[in-house]
Amino acid sequence: MRVAPSLIIGAVLSLAFVVMALVSLVWTPFDVTALAVGNRLVPPGDAHWLGTDHFGRDIFSMILVGARTSIAVALVAVGVGMVIGVPLGLTAASRAGSWFDDLIMRGNDLVFAFPALIIAILITAIFGPGAINAIIAIGIFNIPVFARLTRGAALSLWTRDFILAARLAGKGRARISLEHILPNVSNTLLVQATIQFSLAILAEAGLAYVGLGAQPPVPSWGRMLAEAQTMIALAPHVALVPGLAIVSTVLGLNLFGDGLRDLFDPRLQRGPA
Amino acid sequence: MSFGAKASLAISTALILALSGPALAQRTDVVVGLVLEPPHLDPTSNAAAAIDEVVYANVFEGLTRFGPNGDILPALAESWDVAEDGLTYRFMLHDGVTFHDGSAMTADDVVFSLDRARADDSVNAQKFLFADIAEVTAEDDTTVVVTLDQPNGNFLFNMAWGDAVIVAPESAETNTTDPVGTGPFRFADWRQGDSVTIERNPDYWGEPVQLERATFRFIADPTAAFAAMMAEDVDTFPVYPAPETLSILDADPRFEAIVGTTEGETILAMNNRREPLDDVRVREAIVHAIDRQEIIDGAMFGYGTPIGTHFAPHHPAYVDLLDLSAHDPQRSRELLAEAGVEGLTLSLALPPPVYARRGGEIIAAQLRAVGIETEIVNVEWAQWLEQVFGNGDFDLTVISHTEPLDIEIYGRDDYYFGYAAPSFLAIWDELNETLDPDARNALLGDLQRDIAENYVNVYLFQLAKAGVQNVDLEGMWVNAPTQATDLTGAYWAR
Repeated sequence: MRVAPSLIIGAVLSLAFVVMALVSLVWTPFDVTALAVGNRLVPPGDAHWLGTDHFGRDIFSMILVGARTSIAVALVAVGVGMVIGVPLGLTAASRAGSWFDDLIMRGNDLVFAFPALIIAILITAIFGPGAINAIIAIGIFNIPVFARLTRGAALSLWTRDFILAARLAGKGRARISLEHILPNVSNTLLVQATIQFSLAILAEAGLAYVGLGAQPPVPSWGRMLAEAQTMIALAPHVALVPGLAIVSTVLGLNLFGDGLRDLFDPRLQRGPA
Repeated sequence: MSFGAKASLAISTALILALSGPALAQRTDVVVGLVLEPPHLDPTSNAAAAIDEVVYANVFEGLTRFGPNGDILPALAESWDVAEDGLTYRFMLHDGVTFHDGSAMTADDVVFSLDRARADDSVNAQKFLFADIAEVTAEDDTTVVVTLDQPNGNFLFNMAWGDAVIVAPESAETNTTDPVGTGPFRFADWRQGDSVTIERNPDYWGEPVQLERATFRFIADPTAAFAAMMAEDVDTFPVYPAPETLSILDADPRFEAIVGTTEGETILAMNNRREPLDDVRVREAIVHAIDRQEIIDGAMFGYGTPIGTHFAPHHPAYVDLLDLSAHDPQRSRELLAEAGVEGLTLSLALPPPVYARRGGEIIAAQLRAVGIETEIVNVEWAQWLEQVFGNGDFDLTVISHTEPLDIEIYGRDDYYFGYAAPSFLAIWDELNETLDPDARNALLGDLQRDIAENYVNVYLFQLAKAGVQNVDLEGMWVNAPTQATDLTGAYWAR
């Protein structure tokens, strides 16, 4: 089987992102909460690899810790979406056509009908800005994505012979869902999770940009970008660095997700079977 | 066309251009950039500075007015006599003054305006300006007599405020959307969310202004403000919202930075009613934790003057009390230990301006250095006004008090930071009964000392009026003794 180059590029970028976050747990070149105003807007160089921002904080250190913020928010948010969405989808599929199925799926439609960021802004506006509320907000709009995907994939499985065999063996719907359906949709879910993960990072950056994400002094890529925008004419690096970080991470995760789909989906595999 | 004909055409074209050049270049309109859009246009019924920034001196005038450096000048009152007991002021009004709707401005309008502002049901935002007035009477069409309950050395100053302008009974209620004043400009158009336009009043009683029309454009976003200046969509930004790009604009030959003083004392306000901030030792600990210069450099890119009390440094009565509140983290820790406060976490509410948002982050870092954690809450203006200013629901907040000579707020019992100590009120009462300027300045010094020694708030810096404008525009105010964009002396040099 041939591995697509996009998968490799995606994997490398995604891995770099995760490594940055992990490194920040044990080491950063400088303390990201320590301000040194006299040392502000230093261009990239030996002492500060990516320069300093308007408060004299080391941008490289902030990018490292910002990666951690992004991962923490996106991971938990996608986790919330999966933990709630997947069981909903499985249950709905196991009782396809019943009132229960309708209730779940129409409820999902309702959440789905609102643009994701609008829900997030609504939630953070009500409960106040902060990383936790950003997680809840992003998590909520992930639920219908996973619920729909799981139900769709599960529905086609329910008509297959091996499921019929399991039913004849006397297994209940819940058990079949768990033992036979879930393992067979897990590849699809993994691909979707990767895509949702990149969307969650983008959403977190967007919320932070408008001031509704992680609050200072916790570094966040979106807020770094927002604070840098009036400094562009003065010191372009303060805006370019977090911008590039967001772009390369989201691009990497998307390529990785696409590559995984090509890898897992037999219908998309090329060459001799 | 022969070569000769072409050349002569070119020469005549050049001649026409040369002759008409200066006339074409002489502009008579100006576009002023302002950060905030006014909620409405009546300065007598709302505290919003944005209203005065459009209408003060341009559309509305009072008996007296502020000059460019804060001196009190005659406006609608040509001159005045003060009785020896300081209780009776006789104002002689200019003759032949008309409102923009054509009706005459007489002594009756002055009586109406002052009585309206000080009435029990008045919605004037600064009713204290009129608190000492006992009676206002019209002697004849151009003479007004104001009698006070007690002498007030600030009375002529009070009458210069935008909140004390003279309005007509017929238009007082509709001034919010269609302001009718006596000024050299009259209101032309308001595009909500975008701009307010005023045009020259051809029937102005005084010296006519040189500008034909002026447009105030509202641009809150610092990036957009920079772009608007660079594109020359805006001719002047008297209070420019992005100090970091001011040096870039100043270096551009098309523009010049104008840096002056304002009446804006920027403070870290502390809720004196709430534990543990009701303990003066805790407040003093916070004061010593703060390094003002770092805040001025970090948040305002160096534009601002450190202050040690709630008073403008350019005022003659200012007392330098910076030593009382020197940056001393060690002293902070000792004071906190003395007060028995450990693991203190305080909320820090930050309204939108950069001095608050950026300054707040620096303050949070400085407080962290002495062991005080802060929870930063970014709030919009409406929320700040309701929650912090209205309900006093806050621990710490950063805010600039932009009214002139506003140390008086420390005597207000219901004010948001809640000081109003008897020691302050005693000096305040004495000040009100004192007319001698030197004695008044000494008492003002005592007031400054009282609030600095009791560490009511952290006095950070005097907001600079850091503005930028087209180099050819002349006659704009350098300083901001009051919230105003006085265009009466503005003209284009080229």
